[in-house]
Amino acid sequence: MTSKSKWLSAPYVLWSIVFIIIPLGMIVYYGLTDKTGAFTLENIIAITTAGHAKALRLSVLLSLISTLVCFLLAYPLAMILANTKTSKHHFIILIFILPMWMNFLLRTLAWQTLLEKNGVINSVLTFLNLPNLKIINTPAAIVLGMVYNFLPFMILPLYNVLSKIDTNIINAAHDLGAGSVYTFIRIILPLSVPGIISGITMVFVPALTTFVISALLGGSKLLLIGDVIEQEFTRTSNWHLGSGLSIVLMIFIVINMVASAIFDKDGEGSML
Amino acid sequence: MSKELIHLNNISKSFDGQMVLDELNLTIHENEFVTLLGPSGCGKTTTLRILGGFTTPDTGTVIFDGKDITNVPPNKRPLNTVFQKYALFTHMTIAENIAFGLKIKKKSRQYIDDKIRYALKLVNLDGYENRMPDSLSGGQQQRIAIARAIVNEPKLLLLDEPLGALDLKLRQEMQYELIRMKNELGITFVYVTHDQEEALTMSDTIVVMNQGYIQQIGSPESIYNEPENAFVADFIGDSNIIPAIMIEDKLVSILGTRFACVDTGFGHNKPVDVVIRPEDVELTSPTDGILQGVVTHLIFKGVHYEMEVMAGGFEWLVHSTVMHPIGQEVGIKVDPFNIQIMNKPESEDEEAVAIDI
Repeated sequence: MTSKSKWLSAPYVLWSIVFIIIPLGMIVYYGLTDKTGAFTLENIIAITTAGHAKALRLSVLLSLISTLVCFLLAYPLAMILANTKTSKHHFIILIFILPMWMNFLLRTLAWQTLLEKNGVINSVLTFLNLPNLKIINTPAAIVLGMVYNFLPFMILPLYNVLSKIDTNIINAAHDLGAGSVYTFIRIILPLSVPGIISGITMVFVPALTTFVISALLGGSKLLLIGDVIEQEFTRTSNWHLGSGLSIVLMIFIVINMVASAIFDKDGEGSML
Repeated sequence: MSKELIHLNNISKSFDGQMVLDELNLTIHENEFVTLLGPSGCGKTTTLRILGGFTTPDTGTVIFDGKDITNVPPNKRPLNTVFQKYALFTHMTIAENIAFGLKIKKKSRQYIDDKIRYALKLVNLDGYENRMPDSLSGGQQQRIAIARAIVNEPKLLLLDEPLGALDLKLRQEMQYELIRMKNELGITFVYVTHDQEEALTMSDTIVVMNQGYIQQIGSPESIYNEPENAFVADFIGDSNIIPAIMIEDKLVSILGTRFACVDTGFGHNKPVDVVIRPEDVELTSPTDGILQGVVTHLIFKGVHYEMEVMAGGFEWLVHSTVMHPIGQEVGIKVDPFNIQIMNKPESEDEEAVAIDI
């Protein structure tokens, strides 16, 4: 590297130090110390207490379910989009990206209004003499919120890899005697693995760490690990415990990232 | 001629109202190397895709070995295709690629292993079983694509410009390889290309197409030496296409000068086009020639010199191993056998009219 390009990168180095390295260092410092500043692993081990472990288990479970639902919804759609050769598919993609342009908090609040006991959906159902929906403040509402908010992050990487598969490769499979199902399992699915991994990461990570969706749609009783961490910082003001739990969560995410890096060597699935 | 294998019967196909094939009829025989030759958009690839089952014709039928296969999906057809850009399965090894079709047919492990070894030997890539397609060069990938197709022992192999992505030297090598393979395997090849040289080198039969119509079907020699119309003459190699008048049988007036020829049956004083290949134009001293002219351009092409001679108001393209410098006065002579007479198209449209076969 020449000395000139070193200078050019200075602002970014500074940015990384101030906004990434130092905060990370502080989290690690707080996470590994107690109030007196002495070294302790207690904040990390705190994840094993009943309440925290339960929150983490619920977070992992709901995130996995949301990721799976997103995958099952997004894959067929991405395939349809990838096979639509006309200009129509730009429009369809726009429809799915459009909600992302609105504020995340606002979208989730909208779902709260829709799902409430006396909310929009139930008013309509009552008007039609149909039984009311009781999913607000349940895990189902949280999953719904997660799927709604994170679905585009699954569609885009899948669409990206699927649209890059040469139609002649699929034609070649048919030509060699493969039916549609066999072609899908042996050719299309394996070739889309980078997109699948990328999509899973992009849905699973934010779903695992969210606290807004669960706070707005899950009520006060359903606590995800994100909510627990948020409360440690804002309500109990126990930065040490909050940081410790954050480190545990980060470890989960790093494992996920490493797994995707192994599968997606070429970076084919990365999109945003 | 050997047994009839394929018959395309009155095939028409249009895309978005654009006619791509118009009532095409074509018969392909067993063990024949047929090349569909034409410029892009002439319908040659569509014809191949209809044979492969990837496109359904709007009207007409595809008869294969006496059976109508028009609506049979590609995976049920007794033929295989080699695609333009190889279309190898990049997530599989070479061996897995070649075994793909055989596994679907539920062949035994032993049979598949033998076939892989045999096919790799045939395409001169022994020992490449465990390589990945990405680690191979373009020419090697194309040979794997051919191996993957032929292990299924198709009666018919379709090749869609398979050498298009290769450089000249490799392309020439692969042309000989393909001829060798075809002779070794004894299967029918239908080959699509826009490269006239490739077509002349490899084919038993060339089908020249333009604008959805077959312009001429014939052996490479007959297509080259006796083009039936100006399009074929122009597309296959360089040529001088000159308007002329057929005075009577075996006598034609070219640019006002009488030339002896060998064609008959065009009538008296009928306007025609004549085709004279540049290598068939003999340059002599001005007094020995039938027509006199002046050399206007000269390029050295390696094997021969390419010259342009202005004579009788027409710029004649001449290939000769003897060099005549620019400005030299020369005479032009043409052997009667080398003058090919063609009917004039009566209108622009008719230039592309179907030719009965």
